[in-house]
Formats: sequence, C-alpha cells, structure tokens
Amino acid sequence: MSAFSAIGEEREIDREEFTPTLEPQATWCPGCGDFGVLKALKQAMPEIGRNPDEVLLVTGIGCSGKLNSYFECYGYHSIHGRSLPIARAAKLANPELEVIAAGGDGDGYGIGGNHFMHTARENHDMTYIVFDNEIFGLTKGQTSPTSPKGHKSKTQPHGSAKDPIRPLSLALTSGASYVARTAAVNPNQAKEILVEAMQHDGFAHVDFLTQCPTWNKDARQYVPYIDINDSEDYEHDPTDKAAAQEMASEAERGLYEGEVLTGRFYVDSDRPSYSEEKQAIGEMPEEPLAERYFDDDYEWERTHDMLLDRHK
Amino acid sequence: MTDHELMWRIAGGSGDGIASTSQNFAKALMRAGLHVFTHRHYPSRIRGGHTYTEVRADSEPVRSRGDGYNCLLALGDSFARNPKEGAYYGDEEVKPLAENLDELNEGGVIVYDTGLLDADDIPDFEERVEENDWHVYPLNLREIARDHGREVMRNTAGVGATAALLGIDLQYFEELMAESMPEDILEPNKEILHYTHDMVTEEFEFTHDLRVPEGTHDEEQVLLSGSDTIAYGAIDEGCRFIAGYPMTPWTEVFTIMSQALPEVGGISEQVEDEIAAAALALGASHAGVKAMSGSSGGGFALMSEPLGLAEMSETPVVLVEAMRAGPSTGLPTKPEQADLEHVLYTSQGDSNRVVLAPGTVAEAYEQSRLAFQLAYGYNIPAILLYDQKIGGELMNVPASHFDREPNPELGAVTTEAELEEAPHGPGGKFYRYRYDAEDGVSPRSIPGQKGGHFLVTGNEHNQAGHIDEDPTNRVTQVERRASKLDAIREFLDDQGTQTHMGPEEADYGLITFGSQQGTVAEAVDRLNDAGHSVKGIGVSDMMPYPVEEMTEFLESVDEALVVEMNSSGQFRGLTQKELGRFGEKLSSLLKYNGEPFEPAEIVAGFEASIEGQDVPEQQTTYVPAAGD
Ligand SMILES: Cc1ncc(C[n+]2csc(CCOP(=O)(O)OP(=O)(O)O)c2C)c(N)n1
Ligand code: SF4
Repeated sequence: MSAFSAIGEEREIDREEFTPTLEPQATWCPGCGDFGVLKALKQAMPEIGRNPDEVLLVTGIGCSGKLNSYFECYGYHSIHGRSLPIARAAKLANPELEVIAAGGDGDGYGIGGNHFMHTARENHDMTYIVFDNEIFGLTKGQTSPTSPKGHKSKTQPHGSAKDPIRPLSLALTSGASYVARTAAVNPNQAKEILVEAMQHDGFAHVDFLTQCPTWNKDARQYVPYIDINDSEDYEHDPTDKAAAQEMASEAERGLYEGEVLTGRFYVDSDRPSYSEEKQAIGEMPEEPLAERYFDDDYEWERTHDMLLDRHK
Repeated sequence: MTDHELMWRIAGGSGDGIASTSQNFAKALMRAGLHVFTHRHYPSRIRGGHTYTEVRADSEPVRSRGDGYNCLLALGDSFARNPKEGAYYGDEEVKPLAENLDELNEGGVIVYDTGLLDADDIPDFEERVEENDWHVYPLNLREIARDHGREVMRNTAGVGATAALLGIDLQYFEELMAESMPEDILEPNKEILHYTHDMVTEEFEFTHDLRVPEGTHDEEQVLLSGSDTIAYGAIDEGCRFIAGYPMTPWTEVFTIMSQALPEVGGISEQVEDEIAAAALALGASHAGVKAMSGSSGGGFALMSEPLGLAEMSETPVVLVEAMRAGPSTGLPTKPEQADLEHVLYTSQGDSNRVVLAPGTVAEAYEQSRLAFQLAYGYNIPAILLYDQKIGGELMNVPASHFDREPNPELGAVTTEAELEEAPHGPGGKFYRYRYDAEDGVSPRSIPGQKGGHFLVTGNEHNQAGHIDEDPTNRVTQVERRASKLDAIREFLDDQGTQTHMGPEEADYGLITFGSQQGTVAEAVDRLNDAGHSVKGIGVSDMMPYPVEEMTEFLESVDEALVVEMNSSGQFRGLTQKELGRFGEKLSSLLKYNGEPFEPAEIVAGFEASIEGQDVPEQQTTYVPAAGD
C-alpha cells in the first residue's frame, strides 16, 4: 500500500470538501475579488478529480495568502513572495501531489519576482495563481508593481513614476508553458482556466484579476472583460508563441485603458516539465522521493560503501 | 609534537596546482602510515596571487597545523601564467619564496624553482639562511619538467625532489598518479618524478636533518575535509535533497552533495538565491524528504526569514553555515568564527533552533548526522555552524569511523494508520500542533497522507494550524515550542557531545568551540608537559547550550581562557549569558587576522593570562576577565 493513499483515490469529489467546517477568523472584506478566486478554485477541484489530501496549496503573504484559511487541503501559508520555491521543491519531492501556489501582485511580481522568473524558466508542473488587484491589500493600499503609472497612494503621494510590470509578457519570456489571465468578475471562465491550468503538464501561470473595493476603487477589474478565445474580434492561436506575445502586450496595454482582455494566451503542451527534464538527465528518481521514507524494503546507500574509496 | 615531524609547505600562485599536489602529497604520506593534517591558505583570486598549503605529518595523530613549518617547496611565481597583468602588490615574482620565510622554522629545508624564482631578488636572503640555519636546494624544476614532459609538470619535479631530500618512497606517489592520470600524461610524469629524485640524490650532499617520520598506523585511513564529512553525514542520515547557491566556503559542501545525490536517487538544486534555497529545503522537507540547504554569512543572512518560518511552522530542516571572515563579504577565503551570534539570533521572534558547531573533521560527520536526527526528531530547524578552516582542511580518519548504519528515519511524522487514531479537531481537521505533545514534539503528517491535511503558517496558530491570536493559545504554543529545546538538551547530555581535554582535575581551563578544538587540545598537552595544570573543553552545542556541563567545568577551575577566532568574544559572551555568572573567571584569547590559531599562540596567550606575562608579539589579542 502506498504511504500516500489519498493520492489517486478514485471517487466523486464534492467541492464542499474544500470548504473548512470552521469559519476562518479571516478576513476578506465584503466584495473582495479574492472570493471569486476561491469560488472558481473550489469549482475546479471536482473536475480535476483531486481530493483535499492530495492537494498542496502554498501561499505567500497578503490578503491573497489568506486563501488557505478558506480552502481546505494541505495548506502552506508561507512568507511574503516565497510561495514558489517552497511549492516547487514539494513538487520535486513528490511529483504526484497537485501543487498550487498563490499570492498577490506584490507578493508574486514584487518581492517574489525573481522566483517567478526562475520557476517559469524551469517549467515546474504546477499552477501559479496571482491575485492581481493592482494594490497592496493587506498592508493597506500601497502602490503595487501592477498599479498603473501615476497611481497615487500614501507611499506614492505624487503618483507612481514607474511603468507597471507586465506579468503575462514576463511569464512568456521567462518560459512558462501555460499563460492565462482571467477575472473574478467571471467565475465561469475563471473555473475553466483553472481546470486547464491544473491539468497542464508544466508551469501554468494565471494572472487573476481581482478587485479590491477597500483600497483600489479605481482599478479596471470591474469592467466587462473580453474573452480573447471567444471573441470574434480576436482570432488567437494560443499555441503560437509570437502571437501570444503580441496578444499579451495588447492585453497589458489595454488593461489600463479600460479594455480588459482575458483568456488563454499561450499553451505549449509539448514542452517537458522540469521533473521530466531532471529525470531524463538522471538527476531525479522516477519514483516519488517522499515514498522512499515509508518503504521498509528500500536499501539505503551509505557513504562507507560508495564514496570512501576515493579518499583512501 | 615529535622531533621528527614533517611540516611541508608548498607555495606558488593560485592555479599552479598547489591544492591538488598537496592533496596527493598528504595522501601519499597517509598511505605510508603517517597521520596527516593540511592547512590551506589562498587569496580571493582565481589565477595568480600567492597561495600555499601545509601538510603536517607525524607518527602520532595530528590535531592542528602546528607552529610554523620546516620544509618549503617554492614552486611557481605568484603571477601564475599571466605576468603581463601588473601585480598589485610587491615582490610578486619571488613571493612563493620570500613570503614564506617568516614562518620557516630554524634548521628548515628550502627547495625552490630557479626556473621561475631568483633568490637574488630577495635582499637579505643569504643572511637569513645563515642566521636560521636553513638548508637551501635550488633546482631548475621548470627546465626539468620541460625537458622530460611539459612545463606544467613542475609540481611533479618538485615532489620528486622533496621526496629525495626527505626519504619518502616514490612508490606512493606513483600509485596515486596511476590512479588519477591517463596513460599519456602518466608516463612523462613518472619520468620526471624519478629523474628529479635520482638527480637530487646524486648531485646534492644532504646537509639537513629532517627526514620523513616513521609511519605507524595499520588501520585503513581516509583523507577527508570537513566539507566531505558534513556531506557524508547528511547522506548517511538519509538526506536526499539539497538546494543552494554558491558562496565560499559553503560551496564545497554544496558541490559534494550535488555530485553524490544523483548517484543515490537524491535531488540537488542550484537555485536563484539563498532565500529560495532555504525555502526549497522547507518545501521538500514538508513533502516528506530529508532536506538541507546552507550558505556562508551573507547568503545565510538571506535565509533568515525562511529559518523563522521553519521555527514557527516546525518544519524540520538542516542548514549549514560556513563562516568566513566578515562583516559583509569580508575575507572571502579566510576563516573566522564571528557568525556565531548571527546564527543564534537571526530572524524575528524568540529562537527555537538547534545550533551545533563541530570541533574536528571527524566530529563534523557525527554532528551532521546529529543535526538531522534533532531536526527531524523534534520538528525544528538545526544549523551546523563551521568555518572555512574545518571545511577545507584535510585530515586522516580511520575508514571504520564511517562504518555505520544509515538512518533514513523521518522522525516525528505520523503514518496513515496513526492518523486514524490521532486527535482531530471539529470538522475533522488533523491536530498537527497538539497542546499536549510529549517533549513538545507534535508529529506532522505528510501531504498525500489520507486524513492528514492541516495548515502550515508562519502566523501563530492553534492545534489545527488555523491562524489564531487568542492569548492563551499563544502562550501555550510558545511554551510548547520552547520546551523542545529542554528535551533536546537532555538528549544531547546523554550523547556526551562536548570534548574534554587534558586531566580531569586542573587549576585552569581552556574553553573553545568549533574549529579551534584540535589546536587547543594540542596546547593543553603542551601546557601540561611544561608543568602547568590545565584542562580544556571543546563545546559543540551552541543552542541548546550545555549549561550543567559548563557550570561544572567552570566551578572546577580557578580561571579559564576562552579561545575563539573573532574580535568581540562572541562565544565567551554566550557562555556568560547562558550561565549567568563566571564573568570574573573568564578571559579571552582572540584572533581575527584571517588565520587560525597555532598551538604556540595559545600557549603564549595562556601564560600571559594566567601568569601575567607579556603577550608576545603576534596577531592575537588578550582580553582580561571582567573586573580585572
Ligand atoms: C518580507 C516582508 N515584507 C513586507 C511584508 C508586509 N506585507 C504583507 S502583505 C504585503 C503586500 C501584499 O500585497 P499583495 O501581494 O499585492 O497582496 P494583497 O494583500 O493585495 O492580496 C506586504 C508588503 C511582509 N509580510 N514580509
Ligand atoms: S483589503 Fe482589498 S484585497 Fe484585502 S480583503 Fe479587503 S478588499 Fe480584498
């Protein structure tokens, strides 16, 4: 019997399994876009057939990081900006887990920007949801890396002099093999995209537009969005990287001008995931490493037998 | 120290093969039955710059670099092979000869390469040779190497020459060469080795007394560095995941692990920075794998926040901190013990961590294993604190020392069967952080285990892992986490982790931690031989601190001298803080010039502290006891 028998268990999964029985002491404001992510995620779980004991959800710090308090599974509410390195190591240790990382735009594109680039580059098989509300929520409304140029806040009283980060383009150039944007105002598309992202075998980046009614009433996240995959105005082929790049720039420009483009921008199903690459060069075992610690028959090597000769 | 011990120094430029030649030299002597110990000195430069390695060899076990040295092989020039690039400090051309003269003992032997070095460039060379009774053997090693092979084989010629002068059997060198060289390089090297050996034997009249000592050990030995033993301890303890970012001297452990882990189905990750590295180790550990990370000062500073998360979330992990001289990037290639306080107290909140500091290369193996046992047994981060000295020095250790069973035990985790019995809160959530945990240790579940999901958070949390700011919960959890350290202290006391030196009863004490242990042990013996009454203790447990054992030690002596490589007496400070007294009994002997202590410096420092003698002119500092 596997030490991790929750993994791969075949049964009907009810989305309510992911709802904590205890109301969390947390903390989201009424009308917060984060509820939209939560709802979409819960709806997606039964479709991918994963139960709470086989899902590891690693979050950073921020209002977004509180997702763990609302979502029942193996949760890891970590530190600001560091959800990705924790998540990707867990995936390497046990590739059979469903690993999801989540955090805010400050968390993911600011303090954790370096990890974002590198995790995308490595193409770990995991889903990364960024709650993009263009503001620092939890620390009370400071300018974030996705706030528009000129955005005024208590820490940027004269308006930000910086151009915003372009998360979709960044994900694409860094090497993410699945890049999408969706919005809390459209739970149906959001759910579909999350299902796809989780089923995707590689690094799936979802820039999730969420509204922060408390600190960022000006953001465009409320306006009707256009689904590039459905819209007749856009004939977008998400397998074409150059087209994806163009569409991403368009979406990133349009966002601050009131035209919210969402959908799947890029899907590369051929690129091997990082674990597959590591296994191919002999740097990672085929069997989940974590299983080995529960296998009484495993013969553990010792340095006395395998390494000391070279020192004699 | 015996009269006939050999302390051989090979000097040249970085890139001249000083490290590999000295390593083979040490190995050859070890195979000849000698105890060996190496000390490495190198600048923070990749090519060029003056560098040397000492190999001390004796019939008796060797515990330190010794005082000075007695045989010099000045091999290259400090330009390495880039002489056009102007040197930025004087005498570059003759440095391997000139720079090393100060520490060469009376009666010492000098072999130098006249093909590269000109003794006439050293103004007072002749006088100093005369004054110190040195025996000089100038040899054109460069020409010999060129004529019989290639110029880069100068080191082989140098080894052949010293082997002749010291009476070392060439067989050991030949065997080592045969093991590591392809045929086309092996042949010319062998020829050079023999040619130089025979030429020196025939052409020179040996005026010196120094000969290689008699080899005595009959047990199979291995030549290892502290970086090797730390890595091997980790592997034997079931560590199969490492994440890191290069920084001297931690890079050595990282490299050894990265090469070994794929062989055993483990995983090594070089990642974008040290924050990521520590976070990866946490992620892997959380998912059920024994994991480690590490760095040196600046990189470890970046790990401060993940370290705190490991404490709060009780995620087991082993971090190694390889100290080099600071602050900031300091002296990148030189040892110091000044990160002790950094490692003890970095990260926010009260510290709940284990900090161990191995005292020797052999001990580093045990402490590395111990670090994993404690981390995983108690769900707490454990830090292995060592320095560039232990990390890089090579020592012979009996191979049998490593003949032990592996220990893959994952420690305080539940199985699925246990999860069924384990307490669960309302709503069925597993109580990961139980209030009533024995020894403070509440077992964890591993993602993927059925019925085991819980929330890890760096926020204060209740039994189920939910964020919780209730004051009673807060106090209960703080106290439970802290109580683990008491349990660990008890466990460590049973292991006898501190190293006692000298007689059981003595008037005076020498106290040290980490890499100075061997040198202090040698000083203790010398002091007793000289009629003093001294005992010593090498402390390896920094947190939790061995309060009882140290109290006993300090009560039993009149005064004690704390020996450490930093300028602020950090270990002495820790001792006083932990014991809450003894300030009037403790004085400090400090060294922070980038070189480790020599035993004679400790002897002199002791005499100065106890007998009020002047501290002799050397780069150590004596700080008297409080109120003195
Ligand atoms: C190292 C560190 N720096 C700063 C903080 C304070 N902090 C907490 S959340 C946050 C910003 C959160 O903004 P964002 O990531 O956009 O998430 P949101 O709250 O909007 O969901 C900051 C700066 C912290 N916890 N850790
Ligand atoms: S502050 Fe903004 S982001 Fe945070 S919970 Fe409130 S509405 Fe949501």
